[in-house]
Amino acid sequence: MSTLIAILISGIALGAIYFLVASGLSLIYGLMDILNFAHGAFLTIGAYAGLELSLHLVNGGGLLGFLGLLVVAAAAGAVVAAVAEVLLIRPLYGRPVSQILITVGLDLVVVGLLLGVFGSDSRQIAVPVWLTGATHVGSLSIPNGDFVGLAAGVLVYVGLGLFLKHTRFGLVIRAGAENRDMVQALGIDVSKAFTFVFGLGGAAAGLAGLLYAVVFSGSLVGPTQGDQLLIFAFIVVVIGGLGSIRGSAIAGIVVGLVQVVSQFYLGSKSGWAEAGDISVVILLALVLSLRPSGLAGARER
Amino acid sequence: MAGTAGRRGAGAASLDAAAALAVEDLSLSIAGSRILDGVSFTVAKGGVTALIGRNGAGKTTTLRSVIGLEHATGSVRVAGVEVAGWPTFRRIRFGIGYVPEDRDVFSHLTVKENLQLAESGTNPRYDLVYQIFPELAQRSQQAAGTLSGGQQQMLAIARVLLNDKGLLLIDEPSKGLSPRFVGEMVEALEKVRGEATVVLVEQNIHVVKRLAGELVILDQGRVAHAGPVEDLDDPELVRRLLGVSTGT
Repeated sequence: MSTLIAILISGIALGAIYFLVASGLSLIYGLMDILNFAHGAFLTIGAYAGLELSLHLVNGGGLLGFLGLLVVAAAAGAVVAAVAEVLLIRPLYGRPVSQILITVGLDLVVVGLLLGVFGSDSRQIAVPVWLTGATHVGSLSIPNGDFVGLAAGVLVYVGLGLFLKHTRFGLVIRAGAENRDMVQALGIDVSKAFTFVFGLGGAAAGLAGLLYAVVFSGSLVGPTQGDQLLIFAFIVVVIGGLGSIRGSAIAGIVVGLVQVVSQFYLGSKSGWAEAGDISVVILLALVLSLRPSGLAGARER
Repeated sequence: MAGTAGRRGAGAASLDAAAALAVEDLSLSIAGSRILDGVSFTVAKGGVTALIGRNGAGKTTTLRSVIGLEHATGSVRVAGVEVAGWPTFRRIRFGIGYVPEDRDVFSHLTVKENLQLAESGTNPRYDLVYQIFPELAQRSQQAAGTLSGGQQQMLAIARVLLNDKGLLLIDEPSKGLSPRFVGEMVEALEKVRGEATVVLVEQNIHVVKRLAGELVILDQGRVAHAGPVEDLDDPELVRRLLGVSTGT
């Protein structure tokens, strides 16, 4: 029983990180109708930024140092994403196919640059010792990283909800997701909202990149980590419903649970190595056949 | 005078300087179809100018081109300033209010949020808006998508009244409304016309006669006639350009 509980918590933590990635994808799609294939690059850049800082801290820098890594990862993701929006996406407004293609190109370029600069081998992020430990409750042993991933997901979900509901930028984003032309026809420069949303999504992706490496990848970072995670984030967005933050949160948890539970019971015990991944794809097929617009519908927030 | 169309004479420049809106040679083709074919007219400051014509004549496209939502070629001057080439948001901030054909209220936002989104200055005119549309104050926390068609139209007009705009472009405010709501809408627009210059696209001839002082008639993407609204008393003109009988 304690094993099952630990697995469930691990699945929810993974789902929380999927949500971090998917929330940015979903916001960007909701406002701009762009499937952003460069999101994985933002994620990887965030992880590498955290890695570089961690190498300058003694023993990972303790709690304060780790919070610093998270801030740097988020900031790196945000800055690169915002700059990419201004330099690459903005000149292609009104040409959605070209916008999607350029995000694919950007991702390839970033991965190539990282391979060139850092090599193909994964590198180790220096993190505080307590982060690699576990919390014991009776016979239950839960990795501390799971709590961190879970807390980050909850904080981002709540923060995003408050931001969208109670700020003018949030209001513009919600309105823009419904009718961009009309937002402009009210005298609002919607391109600023586009850049902001890209930056916001990039911040969440950068955060997710670092957290995924720390919690689920033995603190190892590689140049293609973002692309691997992006596939599951896209699945989360599609299952949750394109453009829906709430849907992404629910779908993130469901996908994380299905992946971890099936990997443990079908993969580890039966030797079916890719059981978790295949189960997620089966889940995607099931949801799309039963609810083609996803769990929370096309544009519902 | 408003609604002066066609070729521009020697006095055109001085006329344009006084005009709330002057469009010249506005042209637009979409997928090989000529939607606007050299539309030119001026709208003097004050009062209501009706922009009318058959379905597909180019009325809505003209309004959308004035605010830059359609990328037509030609000149658009607002209060004497050339705004063609400006992005939509900048034209709106310059002093245009736009009420689209299908209201386009943000259905997932509340009435209050729809109005907040439209705020652009430091002193939004909620007093004026709620005086003209008291029902909106009562429904401020209601999702706009749950309002009736008439209430959504009120909200769409209220959004442009919230800020002091010199020029209002209102596209078919009576479209899809029951006769009772059309009456309420006309009463509201009678109050609105004292606040700004209004260009009104409208299919309902009775509404046009009641609200407008001048008219511009479009036909197949061109200005076919411009003059005072009394010209609509000419049944031959109405039949020829609008394809309807005004009756008695």
